Order: sequence, then C-alpha cells, then structure tokens
Amino acid sequence: MDHFRVENLSISFGGLKAVNNISFGVEKNSIFSIIGPNGSGKTTIYNMISGIYKPDSGRILCDGEELVGLSPDRIARKGVARTFQNIELFSNATVMDNLLLGRHIHMKTGVFSGAFLWGRGSRAAREEIRNREIVEKIIDFLDLQSVRNNYVASLPYGKRKLVELGRALALEPKILLLDEPSAGMNTEEKEDLNIWIKDIQADYRVTILLIEHDMNMIMGISDRILAMNQGEKIIEGTAKEVQSHPEVIRAYLGEEHGC
Amino acid sequence: MDMKRDYYEDIQLFQSGVVLAWTVALLLVLFTIPLYTPNYYVYLLNIIMVHVILAVGLNILVGSTGQISLGHAGFFAIGAYGTVLLMTLLQIPFVFAILIAAFIAAFFGFILGLPALRLEGPYLAIVSMGFGLTIMHIIGGVDAFGGRMGIKAPPLDLGIKQLGISWILKTDFQKYYLILIMTIIMVVGARNILKTRVGRSFVAIKDSDIAAEVIGVNLTIYKTLAFAVSAFYAGIAGGLFGFVLGFFDPFTFNMILSIIFLVMVVVGGLGTILGGILGATLITYLQYDLLKNIAEIPYFGALMVAVSKQWFTMVGLENISSMAIGLIMIGIIIFEPLGMFGVWIRMKKYWMTWPF
Ligand SMILES: Nc1ncnc2c1ncn2[C@@H]1O[C@H](COP(=O)(O)OP(=O)(O)O)[C@@H](O)[C@H]1O
Ligand SMILES: [Mg+2]
Repeated sequence: MDHFRVENLSISFGGLKAVNNISFGVEKNSIFSIIGPNGSGKTTIYNMISGIYKPDSGRILCDGEELVGLSPDRIARKGVARTFQNIELFSNATVMDNLLLGRHIHMKTGVFSGAFLWGRGSRAAREEIRNREIVEKIIDFLDLQSVRNNYVASLPYGKRKLVELGRALALEPKILLLDEPSAGMNTEEKEDLNIWIKDIQADYRVTILLIEHDMNMIMGISDRILAMNQGEKIIEGTAKEVQSHPEVIRAYLGEEHGC
Repeated sequence: MDMKRDYYEDIQLFQSGVVLAWTVALLLVLFTIPLYTPNYYVYLLNIIMVHVILAVGLNILVGSTGQISLGHAGFFAIGAYGTVLLMTLLQIPFVFAILIAAFIAAFFGFILGLPALRLEGPYLAIVSMGFGLTIMHIIGGVDAFGGRMGIKAPPLDLGIKQLGISWILKTDFQKYYLILIMTIIMVVGARNILKTRVGRSFVAIKDSDIAAEVIGVNLTIYKTLAFAVSAFYAGIAGGLFGFVLGFFDPFTFNMILSIIFLVMVVVGGLGTILGGILGATLITYLQYDLLKNIAEIPYFGALMVAVSKQWFTMVGLENISSMAIGLIMIGIIIFEPLGMFGVWIRMKKYWMTWPF
C-alpha cells in the first residue's frame, strides 16, 4: 500500500473542472512532482489535500487514513504541512514567532499554563525552551540566523519563501507540500533550494510533493512526476518517461524548446 | 565558537538588569503613591487601574486577534453585578465571587465569540454592541439585581466569613493595594499569554486565517478563546470596579463606556500590553479629571463652559471631554497609528541616541 495516495480526485468551480479524476500514489520518503501549465489544477490539488477545498469526489489517504472531510487544522495534525504559491506568512510577527507557530501542534501550553509562566521551571517556560531549540536548528539549516528577529513583512521575497519552508518543516510533517518554492528566486538561491530539498528528504525523513516550473530542478530531484493539463492527468512516471511523452512535450516542454 | 544561548532569556520577565532596576523603581512608586496623594486621586487611580485591567484584556481581542468588540461594558457589568450578587445573595466570599463572576463573563465572551466566527468588522461591531445593550437592559429589568435603581456593594471582605476570618477593606487607600496587586497579576498574566503558544496563535489568526489553519490552529477554538479571555479580564475589572464605586446602576455600563474602552486601546496602541496601560491611563484621566481642571483655568475655563452650554447640552463640560477624546482618537489614527506605544518607542530611541 502506498504511503500517500490520491484516488479519483475531482473538483469543479462553476462549470470548470479544475481537477478531473486524478489518481496517484507516493512512496514514503520520496519526491513526487506535479507539473503542468498555469491553471492546470496543481494548486487546487494541494488545497484539497490540506483541507481548504472539499473535493466533489475522490479520496485522499495518508497511511490508509482518509483526509477528505477533515478540517485543515486536523489535517495538519495528521502530519501534512505545506507552503503557498503566494506566500502565506504571519507578516506582523517575527521570523522566530512564525517558526514557533509551526510548532503549534507539538505544544500544549494553554491560557492558564501560559499566564503562569513564572520562572524557568514552569511548564510553559520549559516547553518554550525545548521548542526554541528545535526551531534554532531549522534557522541554522536554512541560513536564517541574520533575520531571526526581523518582522517578516520587512524581508525580501526569497527569504520569505524560506521562512515559509521553515515553518512547514517545524511541523515535522510526514508529507510536505511545496507549491512553486523556487518562484521569484535567482539562480543561486534556486541552487541552494535544490540542495535543501534533497537534505530535507534525507534528514527529516519526509515525503515531499513538489509543484515546480523549473524543469532542470524537477528532472533532477523527482523520483516520480505527474504531468497535468487542464485538470487532467497526462502521464505519471519517472523523469525519463514523462519527458519523452509527446503530449508533455507539446503542452508543457514545447514552449521551452522553442527558445 | 558554539555559544549555547539561553533561550529562557527571551521569555523571562526582566530581560536585563536595567529593566529589573526600572521595574523595582516603578513598583516602589506605585506602592507608595497613596501615602502622599490626596484621597480623590487615590480613588481616581483605583479607577485607572481597573480600566487598565480591562483595556489590557480588550487589547488581546482587538489588537492581537483583530476582532472588534463594542460590548465590553456588558462583560464589565457581568463582573460587577456577578461579584456583588454572589456575595449578597449566596454569601460567597469576595475572593471566590470575583473569580466566578469573571468566569461567567468569560462564558458570555465565548457565546459572543460564536457569531464572531462568521462576522467581521462592522457586522461584529454591531452584534457586540447589541450584546452590551442587552446585558444592560436585562440587568435593569430584574428587581433582584436592583433594577433601574441600582445596587449597593457590600463591605469588601477579603476573608472568609464562614471560617470566621474577616479582613475588610474600607477606604480607597486600602482598596488601592488590592487593586494594584490584581492589576500587576493580570498584566503580567496577559504578557505571558502573549509570549507563549496561545498569544502567538491569536496573532496568527489576525495575520492569515488560512495559514493559521494549515499549521494546525483551530480557528473556532482560538477566535472564541480570545473573546473568553478578554471577557474574563473585563469580568475581573468589573468585580473590582463595583467596590471602587460602592454603588452602581445599569446605566453605569452604557454603550458610551464600551466605546471609551475601545478608544483606550486604539489610542494606547493596538496589540501591545503597554498600549493598553497607557491608553487606559490617559483616557480615564481625561474623562475624570481634566474636565474639572479645565473649568478651573481662569477665563478659558469659564469660556469653555459657556461655549459648551451654549452649543451643546446643559451638562456643559461633559461634551468637551467627549470632543477631546474624539479629537485624540482622530489625531492618533492620522499621525501615530501605533498609538502612545509608538510615541513611547520613538522617545526611547531618541534618548538612547541622545545627544547625537
Ligand atoms: N476558489 C476557486 N474558485 C474558482 N476557480 C478556481 C478556484 N481555485 C482555482 N480555480 C480555478 O481552477 C483552475 C486551476 O487552478 P490552479 O489549481 O490554481 O492551477 P495551477 O496551480 O496549476 O496553476 C484555474 O482555472 C483556476 O482559475
Ligand atoms: Mg498554482
């Protein structure tokens, strides 16, 4: 049985079939990429996985457990974390607080135990310190030391993308959904990102779903690739199989070959 | 080179020796003020501190989670009436009565938080305003609550009558210390809540509902929790307020008061503890004291009273206070959106770089 599986997933908006009968399975600790032109339904699949949209039909299974019908916060607790194509950070909070928010589901402090943060030995203080240590590791990993206490709103785009990635990592998810993580990054940042994604796969033992437009990156790091167009699956397979599919070349790679 | 940083430093109350020294100095002042202050001002300070508790709690709701309330006078009333009625009707000692009343207020806060899940901005303002008015009218309509005639607070006994322990606070001077200690506890509590998991989640909800949800923050729980916490603060404040006044009626908790509370938070600075403290202090002072002093300024005072009576109501000066508060509110929104907190930050920067 697959670690993570999507079965016959469909959703339409008005008359538009944004995602039409998509199925795929992802092996544990692998990198699974979704490619396709803009508007082909990639982000919509993520929105259904993370519970923001409810699919019209189909199932989403994580270790055999059904995710469809659960609220986004419940799905997060089941071990699904994500980033957004258009960055959704807490911009009035610092980088540190954003990352600590990523620890939310692993923490317990409530109103009363929080209010009684009297001294180092209090439960709230111990929990804060323990989770700070975990967050500091993520800060080191993503090279965010210099902006640790900055407000997110003041950061350049590339750094904000990293903070969002860090926040998702802080959840220690089983499944990590990345939506165009390299968009807006320069070549150098893209190279770093490439390495980081591989490190995340290795160090955090996480299964990664990746939506990307950068073909070099996709072909280099994906274990399997799903190519879509207008909500439909074109083909799913290894980089080689996908690259050589005529419809992929026409619908997607074609533009790149042209220039 | 690996320096193991002590992460506790970032959440501890006194983050440096300087802060500790200033805090000790401030506490010394606060604890000795009544010794050399005329009684009227001790009374005024008591009201200010009660308002500080309420404003700090309201700021958790409005400033941190971005939900509005024009009904906090209702929670304030529940605290005041609840405490007094639990004491007089059920013989419950003050210490427990005020806590129970605050929890009742928190429960109503939770209830008001439910429609807030679906409403935003002006709609929520109207619903909460309706809540405040409803509370006022319900209390006014029940004879056992004193009805429109109002109700008298019993002696403020910190002991437990049933155990034969009695420790009655009679004067404003004595009550000052109870209220001061309560204020310190509530303010530090709020600061701690905001520094830890719940406070962070509140801020998260304000910034992005969607992102908050996908990191596992349950919107229903935290939005209603913010209402409950903030109502709890209003309940504690109300419980104390009843004894500062000694006598109150439903109209004590009218809608204007709810608006004034909101003004305190906006003027002081949204989303910060210090903002709530500064706003409550300034606005309460303006409301209670400035008026009297204006009237006493030679020539100008008489002129203001005359103008006020001529153009507004016979009450005269009260209009000037409303106008002054309104003008301050407008000024703050235009010139210093961070409120007095923003002014404070700039002052601090100025002094730290002085004289360069
Ligand atoms: N909430 C929505 N309401 C209406 N249409 C939507 C909504 N979300 C997505 N769509 C439509 O679904 C299609 C797929 O969008 P999307 O998943 O964002 O594409 P991709 O991420 O592959 O670029 C688009 O035509 C888009 O306009
Ligand atoms: Mg997209």
